[in-house]
This record gives sequence, C-alpha cells and structure tokens, in this order.
Amino acid sequence: MLKNWRERVTTTDIIMWLIGGTLLLMIIIGSVATISAGRYTAKHWLDFIVFGLAQGSIYALIAMGYTMVYGVLRMINFAHSEVFMSGPYTAYFVAAFLYGSGYLESHPIFSLFIVLLFSMGTSTAIAILLERIAYRPLRQAPRLVPLITAIGASFFLQYTFRGLYGSGFQAYPIVNILEGHFIIGGFRILRIQLVSILASGLLMAALFAFIQRTRIGKAIRAVSEDKETSALMGINVDRMIVTTFAIGGLAAGAAGLLYALMFKQVHFFMGFIPGIKAFTAAVLGGIGNIPGAMLGGIFLGLIESVGPSLFLDGLGIIAPYQLKDAIAFTVLVLILIFRPTGILGERLAVKKA
Amino acid sequence: MKRAVALFTFFLFFLGVSMVTTVLAQEKKAAPKPKAFQYDDKIGVVKIKKGQPVHIAYWLVVAGPNASLGEDSRRGVELAIEDKGGKILGFPIKLTGQDTGCNAEGGMAASTKLASDPTILAAVGSTCSSEARPGAPILWKAGIPTVSPSNTAPFLTDAKRGPEYDGYLRTAHNDKVQGAVSAEFAIKQLKVKTAATIHDGSPYAEQLQGVFAETFKKLGGTITAQEAISPTDTDMRPMLTKIAIGKPDIIYFPIFIAAGGHITRQAREVSGLEKTILMSADGTFSTDFYKAAGERAIGMYHSSPDKTAFGEKYSKDFLPRHERKYGTKPIAPYHAHAYDAAMIIMAAIEKVAKKAPDGTLHVGRQKLRDALFATKDFKGITGNLTCGATGDCADPRIAVYQTTEDNIKKLAMPDKPFWKPY
Amino acid sequence: MKQAFKLGLLGGVVQILVSLVGMVMAFTHREIVSETISLGHALVLLVTFFFCHQTVTRSNFPKREDILVASLLTGLTMAACLSLLVLLGELVNLRKVFINASPALYSFLTFDRGLEAGIPLLLFSGILTGALTAFFHRLPAMVRRLLLIPLAAVLVAGILQDLLRGIFAAWGPLGTINEWLFTANGMTIPGTIFIFLLVAALLYLWDIARSPVAGGYSRLPVKTKKSLAWTGYFLLFSILLILPKLLGLFLSEVLTIVGLFILLGLGLNIVVGFAGLLDLGYVAFFAIGAYTMAVLTSPELGFFNLNFWQALPFAVLMGVIWGVLLGIPVLKMRGDYLAIATLGFGEIIRILVLSDFLRPWLGGAQGIARIPRAEIGGFQFGGPQEIYYLILAGCLLVGFISFRLRDSRLGRAWMAVREDEDVAQAMGINLVATKLFAFATGAAFSAISGAIFASKLGSVYPHSFDVMISINILCVIIVGGMGSIPGVIVGAAALIGLPELLREFAEYRFLIYGAVLVAMMIYRPAGLWPEKVHERELHFIEDGRDEALEKT
Repeated sequence: MLKNWRERVTTTDIIMWLIGGTLLLMIIIGSVATISAGRYTAKHWLDFIVFGLAQGSIYALIAMGYTMVYGVLRMINFAHSEVFMSGPYTAYFVAAFLYGSGYLESHPIFSLFIVLLFSMGTSTAIAILLERIAYRPLRQAPRLVPLITAIGASFFLQYTFRGLYGSGFQAYPIVNILEGHFIIGGFRILRIQLVSILASGLLMAALFAFIQRTRIGKAIRAVSEDKETSALMGINVDRMIVTTFAIGGLAAGAAGLLYALMFKQVHFFMGFIPGIKAFTAAVLGGIGNIPGAMLGGIFLGLIESVGPSLFLDGLGIIAPYQLKDAIAFTVLVLILIFRPTGILGERLAVKKA
Repeated sequence: MKRAVALFTFFLFFLGVSMVTTVLAQEKKAAPKPKAFQYDDKIGVVKIKKGQPVHIAYWLVVAGPNASLGEDSRRGVELAIEDKGGKILGFPIKLTGQDTGCNAEGGMAASTKLASDPTILAAVGSTCSSEARPGAPILWKAGIPTVSPSNTAPFLTDAKRGPEYDGYLRTAHNDKVQGAVSAEFAIKQLKVKTAATIHDGSPYAEQLQGVFAETFKKLGGTITAQEAISPTDTDMRPMLTKIAIGKPDIIYFPIFIAAGGHITRQAREVSGLEKTILMSADGTFSTDFYKAAGERAIGMYHSSPDKTAFGEKYSKDFLPRHERKYGTKPIAPYHAHAYDAAMIIMAAIEKVAKKAPDGTLHVGRQKLRDALFATKDFKGITGNLTCGATGDCADPRIAVYQTTEDNIKKLAMPDKPFWKPY
Repeated sequence: MKQAFKLGLLGGVVQILVSLVGMVMAFTHREIVSETISLGHALVLLVTFFFCHQTVTRSNFPKREDILVASLLTGLTMAACLSLLVLLGELVNLRKVFINASPALYSFLTFDRGLEAGIPLLLFSGILTGALTAFFHRLPAMVRRLLLIPLAAVLVAGILQDLLRGIFAAWGPLGTINEWLFTANGMTIPGTIFIFLLVAALLYLWDIARSPVAGGYSRLPVKTKKSLAWTGYFLLFSILLILPKLLGLFLSEVLTIVGLFILLGLGLNIVVGFAGLLDLGYVAFFAIGAYTMAVLTSPELGFFNLNFWQALPFAVLMGVIWGVLLGIPVLKMRGDYLAIATLGFGEIIRILVLSDFLRPWLGGAQGIARIPRAEIGGFQFGGPQEIYYLILAGCLLVGFISFRLRDSRLGRAWMAVREDEDVAQAMGINLVATKLFAFATGAAFSAISGAIFASKLGSVYPHSFDVMISINILCVIIVGGMGSIPGVIVGAAALIGLPELLREFAEYRFLIYGAVLVAMMIYRPAGLWPEKVHERELHFIEDGRDEALEKT
C-alpha cells in the first residue's frame, strides 16, 4: 500500500501541491488577518456577499450558453460574448422609445417584458446566424479551427454593432420600480439585485428543467454524448445544435438585459469582459456541465466581490480591488490544481476534454 | 519546387529593380538645381503645387475599446477644417489619419506611418499619453510638429523632456495643474478633512489622483484610501463598500465616463456613502457622463477648464453643427481641444506659408514649429491659448463646476464655474 | 430563378449592412481613380458583382439567356434592397438608431440626383452589373484571369496609394512617376490604365513562361539544382539585409512589428503547434521579457542600469523560469481547462504589472520609460530601419532553433504528446519533462521578443500586454498553418502586416479582420502554409477516420 502510494506520487505532484499549498496558505493568512483586524463588520460581509451573488447570477446565465455549446460541439464559442452584447444593445432602442412615449412609466412590467423579448430575440437570432455561418461548415475540422472562426466572428460582430450604433455608449432609462432597496431582517438589498438574482435563478431552473425533462432536452443531451449514435437513433443532430445555440442565445439575451438594467450602460465592447468571466465560470464549474456553470458563475461573482477585501486587505496590499481579476484567476488555477476538470466536471475527465 | 522557382524569379527581378534605382537615386542627389525663389528652412521646406492639398494628419485612437476618445477628437478636427472652409490660402486641406490603439506600440506605428509621408505638415494627436511618449520624437525627427488634444501626462511638457520632444505641443492641460486645483478646492472651499481617491489604471487618472493626494495631504487633509479599478469594471459596489469603511468626506475619481458613471450611480447605493461628496475631473465632464450617471450626479463636482471662455461659439455654433454632421452629441470630452489644436495648426500654417511666383506654396518645417510655439492669445473655444516654451498651450485656468438638477434634466453642462482658484 | 432571387436578397442585406455600418461612406473619401471612382463605389460594385457571380456559377441553366436573366434578377434585387433603404430613410429618421444612416449616404446611393431620378438609376445600375457579370462569365478563363487580377491590382494600388507614393518618392527618379501616376487623392486615368496593362502583361508573360521554366528546372541535374537553391537562399538573405533601405521608414516599422510577432509566433508554435498545449496567456512571457529588460536597464528606476546585451540573457532566463513555474500547475490540465488557466496567467501578470501594490518596482500605470536602445560598438539600433536587423537576427536564430527542435527527439516527443497524450506516455515519453520543455522554450522565445520590444519602444506600459495579443498570436499560427514554421511567417505577414498597412481604415480594420478570419478558416482550415505531415493527417481524417479528430 505504502509502496504503491510512493510510486504514484511524483516530484511534480509535490511541487504542484507546494504551489497550491502556498497559495492556499496566503489566502488563509490574509483572511485571518483581515478578520482579526476587525475593520469590516458582519454587515459589510453580508453586503459583499449580496453584491457577489447578483453579479454571479449574471455570469451564471452567460456561462450556461458557453457550457451548452461546449457540450454539443466541444468548442469554445468565443463569440458568445457578442451574443450577449447584441441583445441589450438592440433592445436599448426599444426601451428608449418606450421611455420617450411615457409607456415605460405607466406600464413598467409589460414594457420590461417587451424589452426582454427584443433582447432575447436579437441574441437568439445572432446566435443562430453565428452557428449557421461560422461553425456549421467546420464540423469536421480540427478543434482549434472553429476557435479561430469564433474569434473572427467575435471581432466582426463587435465592429458591426459599433458601425451600426456608434462607438459611444447608450444609457438605459431608469425604471422606477427597480430603484431603491428592500430591507429584509434589518439588512439592505437593492431591488435590482434581488430581481436579477431571482430572475436568473428562475430562468436557470427553467432551462435546466427543459434540458432534463423534455424530449428536445434529452435529444440535446444525447447529441452531446455521442453525435453519430444519436444520428443513428433518429435525432436530427443539426437541428439539436441549432436549438442549443438558440437556448444559449435566450439565456444570454436575458442576462444581457439584467446586466444593462443593473449597470445602465450598453456599448459595443460590453460583452468582452463578462464573456471571459462567464467562460471562466463555466470552466470553474466543469465545462459541459450545466449545474457546474451555475455554481461556477456564482462562485466567481462571490470571489470577485469578497476576495479582494478578505484575502488581500489583511496582507496590507494597497488598492486590492485592482487585483480583483487576478484573485479570481488565482483561485481558478488553485481549484484546477486540485481538481483538473473543475468543481463538478468529473464526468468529462479524460475522455473528452 | 514550383514555389521556389517562383520566389526565386521574383526576388531576382526585385533585386535588379532596386539596384538600378538606388544607383539612379545617387546620381540625382549629386546635382541640385538652383532656384530663384528664396525660402529656406533649417529642417526642410514642403512644397505644395497648385491644386495639391495642404496635408494635415491625425493620430488618434479610433478603433478598439477606447475608440470614442479619439473619434470625438477627430470630429473636432473635421469641424475646424470645415470652419476654415476646407482651404488654407486657397489650397484645399486634406486630412488623413492613423489609429493608435491607446498603447505605446500603436502610437509608435502610427507616428512612423505619418513620419514616412513627406507631404504631411503637422499632426493632431495623440489621444493617450503612452502613445505620445515613443511617437512624438518619431514625428519630430521627420520635422512634423504635433498638437495633442488629450495627453495630460506632466512628462510630455516637462522642462527636462529632451530635444526629441521639441515638436510636441498640447491643448489639453497638464495633470499637475488640475490635480492640485481639485485638492485646494476640497480643503479651502469645501473644508473637508478626509478624502479617498480612485483611479482606473490609466496613466492619466493615476497621475491626477497622485497629485491630488499629495496636495491634499500637504494642505493638512488625510487620505483614507487610494483605490483602483479597471476601466472595464462595472460592479463598483464592493470597492465602494471598502472605501466607506474609512468614512471619507469626499471621493475623488478622475477617471473616464463609463466607469465614472458606474461609481457615481453606485456610490449612493452603498451604506456609509449616502452623503459623501463626489468629485471627478475633465475626463467625465460631458453630457454623456450625465447620461451615464443620471440623477445621482446632482451636486457632484468636476474640475475642468474654465468654460466661461467657451462662450457662445461653443454652445450656439459648434454643438449644433456637430449634431447635424454626426447625428449625435460629442461622445467624449476632447472635441473642443481637438478643434483648437487644428485651429492653431492652421493659423500657424497661414502665418509661415509663402507662395512662390509659380503658384507653389512653400512651408518651412522649422518655421511652422516655431510659429506654433509662438501662438499667443489665440481665441479658441477652450479659452485663450498661449503656447509656452515646453508646449503647454492650454488656458491654465482650471475651475470647479457643480452639477445641478437642471443640468441633468436638460443634459446641459453647467455654464458658470462654482469656484475659481484665481 | 428562386435561388437567384434569394441570393439577391442576401446580397441586398449584406449591401445594406455595409452601408449602415458606415463603410461605404467612409470609403468614398478614398478615391481610387481620381474624381472617377472611389473606394466606396468600388465596394458597392464589388458586393453586387460577387453575388451576381455566385448566382451565375451556382445556377446550372443550360441556356445562356437563363443565366443572363438570373444574374439580372440578382442585381436588380440587390439594387431594390438599397432603394428600399433609401426610401425608408427618407420616411423615418433612421439615424436615431443607425448613426451612419446619414443624408450623405442616401444622396450617395441615389447618385446625388434626388429620389425620382436616383432610384431608377440605382435599379438600372443593378441590372447593368448583373448583365456585365453574366457577360464576364461567358469569357474564356484565360481572359477572365487577365481581367480580374489586373483589376485587383489597380484596386490594391488605389488603396495603398499613400504608401506607394512614399516609396516611389524615396527612390529618386521614380519620384517623377508619382505625379504622373497619382493625384493628391486617387490615381490618374493614364496611371490606372498603365498599371492595369502592366500587370496584365506581366501575368500573361508569366503564364506563358511558367511551364517551360519549371520543366527546364526539373530536368536539371541534382547538383545544379542544389547550387541554384543555394544561390536562391543567398539572394534571399541579401535581400533581407537591404530590405529596410529599399522599403523606407514605415514599411520597415511594419517589418519590425511583423518580426516581433514572428518571434512570438515561433514560440507559441512550439507550445500549441508542436506540443498541442492550447495556451491563451502567452502574452505573459512577452510581458515578462519586456519588463525584465525595462527593470534591468531603465535609469528611471535605477536598480541596475545594465545595457541591452547584459540584460538580454536575464530576460530569456526569466522567461524560462516563469515558463516552468507557470507550466507546473497546468501539467495535469487538458484542452480548455488548460486554455482558461493560461488565459488566467496572462491576465494575472498584466494586472500585477499594472497594480499600485507593485508600483515601486514595476512602475504601475505610468509604465517604465527611458529604456536604452541596443548598441553594438557605436551602432545604435534606434529607428525601425536599424532595429530591423536586431529582429532579423532574432528571427533567424529562433527559426533555426525551431527547425532543429522539430526534427529532434524532443520535437518528435512533442508531436506524440499532441496526437495522444496517453499513448505517448505509454510509449515511454516523460510527459512532465516534455511539456515543461515546450513551455520553457516557448516562453524563452517570447521573452526575447519582449526584450526587443521594450528596447524598441523605449518604454513599457501594462496596457501593451492584454489578452488580445495572445489571441492575435494564436490566430497567426493557426491561420498560417498549425505547427508549420514558414506558416508562422506567412501568418504574421497576413494578420499583423496587412492590418498594419491599412491602419488608416482603422475603424473597419477589425471588422474586415474578423470577416477574413472566418472566411479563411472556412475555405482553408489547414492554414495558408500547412505543415506537410499535418496536411496528410487532415486528408486522412476527411477519408472518414475521424478518431484523431477530437484530439487535435
């Protein structure tokens, strides 16, 4: 037993664990130092957590698109961030029109619904077009080739939207029912944050149920298991792939609108950073795994919000929020050191990754 | 093998042509022609034949995520040329330009491209200070002076900047002036004791907040936190929560519109910052920022050049024309500076250019540069421009403005300064 | 006929998109033939031509008339789409949404004639293009070629006129050609005809001479072939040596940029192309090289004040150390997990370099300036025309090492790992050492590039090292042909050099770049200059054995 153990652990493993351990130790020391310094009260921590949850739920929604496409095509859909951008950017003009005509004030919920439809519609259309033009001709190509078309399509879409709508940004109108905050048990939460957490939770649950319970969902899962066999079983593989893209587009469109309502600005480059974050979230949770994407998104949001204060403040590092992304990626690497296929990504382990 | 043969033949041909031409080129140099018309210049004379255009170039960020900064400036330049009727001394003006990408290597490539075009007289640019650092010397080596509408880094017009920056001027104002004015305002007028600063990792914001913090401390204040974000961040609440712990009286964030808008909006949502005074700088002093920040911007302060000098021309002439031509209001704060930059360039060209008897226009490069540096009391739309020996042309009068409810509703800039240091 | 109509509609949508994006209007400022045709006209015409041509080639009508009608229909539909845009634009203010839907665009599309006269004219020109396309299709292939390529040459000359003018002006007597060939904006009409005829004549000569020359060459004895090849290499080398003098300032600058990316590409080629490890954070090592150079040499920080040559080995060493250090944690990760972890490293390095926390040592947002230029015995590598030689030397060295590595034992091990990690391990390849060697070598190449980059710019800023660089390098090696060393050079020239030449079309540069990336990958998935072995594999896969597919 012992001998077997010795054989299996190599020097590299030890070095890896050393690196991982050092990082972990630093995080722990930092956290302990921060907490013992006592600059932050429990209320602050709760605030951080809520902020993180709200941001994380949006990451999770976008990450679903990445992970589902990955599931069926085994490719990183780099242009997904542009699918995310196109929806709210286009829907802005609808929102501005509704706001201008006063309808947004008088019928806020119905107006928001219309805007949501537009946002989801545009994103879905872009996602489907993307699949048709940039990915379908490359089904049989080596895996890096569609990655490059995805990058190309991403550039193309970004700058097309820039050409259409301009390089400045647009500010979403204020919806009064989403302003202000709730007090729950003496603890403050912004309305828009609660709405986005609830909405994305609901949407994710619905999508998950769709994938798990319906026939189409089953077919999609079959395609992601094995394309040839599912084709033999009478599943129209192409149609399932399109459906997957459409679902990803719907989720991205919804996420985009929530994002726009929360941060109020839309512009042609807005998709890039959330896109990379969501991709990270998808990998963090184990790419190809839908609950993993949700978990990864929320985890990433929390790390970004809580991490800088918790880990770095105690170490006396100045301007910790500048290092927010560095922390997020460090934690990602740390997790991947110990679980090379993400938090929930066991199933895919060696075979397909 | 075919490929090799093709390449071989091609290169052989190429080599032959190049050799012949190099030899010929040397022969030509040996015999300069004497001229009757006398117009000399230390560096060189650009001769523009009748019907040929006077060539001015820009090197600005017109692509990539920061595109709005440069595009805004380019529109300023285009409007200035339009104001001149598109002509200088009867010669049409040609404007071409290069994208700089807001990084040093982009600035270098763009300026090299401009430097290799012998017809260019002067340039407007760059947008980001990091571009000007390697770029301005390249342009000046080719004898092209450049006027920047938006570089603010102190180094570029420092007395110790070195002769390679001799062709560099700017209509934007130095960070040193602005940061100090803001700190003075906070201590002397607002009588606050503690401040927190935020920058976005751009050299501009980092420098400004540094100067602010230094002056603020010197005047007896305390800095509770110096935070930083990245310009693409959207969720500022965690960072603001951290700042709130220090309980600052004022938050100074001299950054750009997108992130500045997020901070302004979200600051009021963070417990502990409901009453904190917000202050930003000219990077966010535009109606676009009001769009981004909404009603939350009411009551906040901006340091910016004294726009009383902007006067009628800016609001009654420049802005409507801008909207007519581009279908939108200015998208960043530097269009006016760019307009002025183009204006002083064209004025300088008019001053030094001479027509030869055969109708060609002669412009001396050194003369043009000297004329630019000699600009005095030029009535621009950003104020009275006087270019100092180190190239700072901006009207150094920086004032502080307060945003009122009316401003936000009408999306109009405040027209009277709230406070002036002079 | 239905297909012709469909293609027409599709073309119409593309046409409207191109107009609304603002390309048409922006390009009208660039005249190709002075006061006759602008790039904007050319663009509209080209799009119409392309779609009509698609109709013609896709249709399989037996009769000539049918082809003509189909082509006419496509042209007409496209023109009708544009007319609709104009009409719609007159009725509603589209500009509230589409900022480029300006009155200038409408008047351009209606030939400045107003609605009543303009729209029929637009429709007519659509039909005319359709007719011309059908007619063009009827020509013999040789004539078509002789028309098309010279026309393309004219277009290219028109687009690059500023550049050509600069080059000619620098070449003494050729400078006089300028005035004859170009006006201030656009070519003169005789100039256009001259270029057209010149290219056509050269093409014709080439067509005639190609087969005898190639045939004659293949009949030569091996020894002569070899010596011919050597002469070729020698000539190539001597041209490389005098290139910056020939090309002038700006093209030399472009060459140096391309050279830096070749260095980077060769490094990443080892990691991704040879060893198959998808690295999206490759810019990290570029940054490490540049910052090591900056910290060691800049008097601004004043730590060391070494000169370029003293600092260079340290830069490479740092590259290797960090390559190994960042390589170890990702050893067990595969595919996309590896991609995202490396992307993370790239970002971490950039953020750290930017951070206020490390500012005293690395300069923070203000970067590090006053980095000295490289010097050899008084010869300073100052401007692009001198730095070129430094980069050329670097490229030759790294290229040579790459070539040797590829055929070495290690190189074969890398390729085995690329094809199948598990099998490679089972065959006795030490995965850890092999992968770490790949990371370290790649990082070292990148660090060299970074060090030269720092000395070239004289200053380093954190903003120069963002994710886009990593993505660009990846595009370079894949578009060039994965694992192929000449491919890296071709890829860098195409993806870095061309956009650099077209810097003035900046706003649309990335749009075109994106579209070209997609098109290139669809039509040439193996890359521009594929590796021979790889090419064989690709065909192998197409034959139906897609087992290896998922692993590439």
